[in-house]
Amino acid sequence: MDVSQYLEVFIDETNEHLQNLNTQILELEQNPDNMDTVNEIFRAAHSLKGMAGTMGYKRMQDLTHAMENVFSKVRDGEIKVNSAMIDTIFQCLDAIQEYLDNIQGGGDEGTNENAAIIKSLNGFLSGEAPAADAADDAKAAEPAKEAPASSASDSGKNKWKEIKFSEEQVDVIEAAKKEGKNVIGLTVYVQEACILKSARAFLVFKALEELGEIVVSVPSTQDIEDERFEFEFSVILITDSTVDAAIAAAKGVSEIEDAVGGIVEDTGAAASAADDKDAEEEVTLPEVTTGSNAPAAKAEPAGNKPATAEKKKPVVNRTVRVDIEKLDDLMNLVSELITAKNSLVSAATADNEAANDVGEHIEYLENVTTSLHESVMKVRMVPIESVVNKFPRMIRDLQKKLGKKMELYMSGEETELDRTVVDEIGDPLMHLLRNSADHGIESDVALRKERGKPEEGSIFLDAYQDGNNVVIEVRDDGNGIDVEAVKAKALERGTITEEQANQMSDKEIINLLFLPSFSTAKQVSDISGRGVGLDVVKSKIESLSGEVDVKSTLGVGSTWTIRLPLTLAIIQSLMVIVGDEKYAIPLGNIQTIESIRPDEVKAVQQKEVINLRGNIIPIIRLNEILDCNSAKAEDEDLVVVIVKKGDKQAGLVIDELTGQQEIVIKSLGKYIQRSKVISGATILGNGEVALIIDPNALI
Amino acid sequence: MDEVKIYSEAVQYIKIEMGTEMFGIDISYVDNIVRPQHVTRVPNVASYIKGVINIRGEIIPIMSLRLKMGLEEIEETKSTRFIIIKMEKYGKIGLIVDAVKEVVALEDSQIERVKVDTSEELAHFVSGVGKVDGVLVSLLDLDMVVMEKSTKEE
Repeated sequence: MDVSQYLEVFIDETNEHLQNLNTQILELEQNPDNMDTVNEIFRAAHSLKGMAGTMGYKRMQDLTHAMENVFSKVRDGEIKVNSAMIDTIFQCLDAIQEYLDNIQGGGDEGTNENAAIIKSLNGFLSGEAPAADAADDAKAAEPAKEAPASSASDSGKNKWKEIKFSEEQVDVIEAAKKEGKNVIGLTVYVQEACILKSARAFLVFKALEELGEIVVSVPSTQDIEDERFEFEFSVILITDSTVDAAIAAAKGVSEIEDAVGGIVEDTGAAASAADDKDAEEEVTLPEVTTGSNAPAAKAEPAGNKPATAEKKKPVVNRTVRVDIEKLDDLMNLVSELITAKNSLVSAATADNEAANDVGEHIEYLENVTTSLHESVMKVRMVPIESVVNKFPRMIRDLQKKLGKKMELYMSGEETELDRTVVDEIGDPLMHLLRNSADHGIESDVALRKERGKPEEGSIFLDAYQDGNNVVIEVRDDGNGIDVEAVKAKALERGTITEEQANQMSDKEIINLLFLPSFSTAKQVSDISGRGVGLDVVKSKIESLSGEVDVKSTLGVGSTWTIRLPLTLAIIQSLMVIVGDEKYAIPLGNIQTIESIRPDEVKAVQQKEVINLRGNIIPIIRLNEILDCNSAKAEDEDLVVVIVKKGDKQAGLVIDELTGQQEIVIKSLGKYIQRSKVISGATILGNGEVALIIDPNALI
Repeated sequence: MDEVKIYSEAVQYIKIEMGTEMFGIDISYVDNIVRPQHVTRVPNVASYIKGVINIRGEIIPIMSLRLKMGLEEIEETKSTRFIIIKMEKYGKIGLIVDAVKEVVALEDSQIERVKVDTSEELAHFVSGVGKVDGVLVSLLDLDMVVMEKSTKEE
């Protein structure tokens, strides 16, 4: 069976199951007796096994099978959860993840058998858990329950004997018998917990057809394909091989509980073709459908799906699961768009009278495109949940590794961000969390007590939306950053001079940590406890047009704040003119626009500032930054755009405003080593290009 | 450097004029040739990068081939063209050339390879010299043309 078309679904769902398992097992660790959790885990493990089997990933199937067995016992109360088991299960999940990564990378699960994990999983089964709690009941010792009791009373199970044949079928069977072939009746029982019954049945059919020809099936192949059967089906097979071989072939398919069969002796008498549902149905099934298992709301973004599976390269496209409602909205808007276009067309071809309505039509068109944009944006948005869900597990592992007690508290997992951003945000967040766990939380419990903090360290991960931005905060109640230590190190390394050091504020010194030269140095981490990979975090966040900031109080803790734009593709911006060039400034950064008399500009420390309602704000003359000439005379009033970044402000002096516009952000390409001030470009209505100014880089 | 093959297929080059000399650009790199249009200046970049233009919704950097090759910059004329080339590493880049002449086919045997001679700046950018109808055509090594000078000032 060609399963490549299900590969994406498989990978998606396996990821989901893995995530779910991770979460549930963490939960189980807290409440080992919670049966709901156990059941949930069992179900997930079971589905994993089934899916891996269907896709033909044998090693993954074996591993998940071992895991499922453990939880089956746990569910039956035969063995108890202990911490050794949890550890092994986590190892097991990591191994599955590895398989999945391999599959995703090259379409193959890899060759790692993970025999050690399977062995220790099986160890739990027999109760000989390594380092198991002594208290564990001995009743788990009952060995070898691997295969569920098989081969029950045969006669009752041989349902194929009840098959009634039509005349043609009798002819076929008799003819086959004359040719000396075996006519075998077979009843196959699918496990009751099987999810993809029809797929299983299909695999059985496939296996049997390798042996011979299936002439009759009850229920009909069509019904089986549509999952209209209980847990068993019967077939009549004409073959050269033996009954045992046929049974073995059927049992070879996973999740098949049992198969029984025998030689068909007698066909004639029962030939009342009556309720022989259209069994002449072509036996060669078309592709088996994933049936109920296919997620209903699964959709691909338009144009994102070239055919897969011809190469061994990355096999999977990035997908976004889209709520069907969002798609409906899109569809509606597109129909409106077409309507709007049609009215414009008719207005253009009609007489002058109608042409007067053009303005109205354009307004309508504008409305529609704006809504369309919003809807498409929403489609691209996914909750950050998928990324942050991994972190509790990571903190747990770190806790064991570092021997510190700590807890991760998360909020705002449902906050949505553009898919492209969500994909990228995982690593930086992980860096920050690790930093907090490793260097933030004090290893010395006594020190924590002294500082009046609970023994267990707390790390917080909070996400929330703030205007056009999403803010993600990583906070810990640990040691905080030792500014003096950072300063000393910076001096020692020659990053700053003594003179500079004395002038720098604490904040500026802390920001030194984001310098690449600082973070690559391992030595600094043993003093300040910070600085490993922080430059990477910063550059990553900045490449997403975001910013990262840190506040820290020695002895109390640190807060890392990541601020990201909601979406990268389309923004509202203010169009301005500097010299004779047009630029766009993202509206999200703009606070107000002021008109300032030239004599209101004061100089403080060689920098120009203005006093705006009591706030001293430095001003930046954009024409200087952009290296062009201002078209304004010196005594004219200045147009100043006040932009903010965090709690800092600056005034950008421009020549002229031309208005607000929705712009599509385009990259300047790889070739131009863009200056920091320019974050991208956009195409104006007349086809020309305008550059987008990044105020964050200016402040 | 390259071995001279005895039997080889002809490679097509676009013959361009720069000042008094003729140059050839391997046609397989050429994406498009367009008439000059408004170039949006990008601040704080190397002087030979004139800015960016929009071609069917794509932002493409434009480089002055004259400046890059150390020639004097001239005013745009009627025959000025932007040749859009596509490089694997950098994506699309536009080159401003004085004029586009014709497409010529050169076999390997018609091309004389040149050793990089550091005495002349132009030689960096030339991978070989071909002769077409008695006229010498210097074949541009686009990788070298496009590469940033390592001594580029920050």
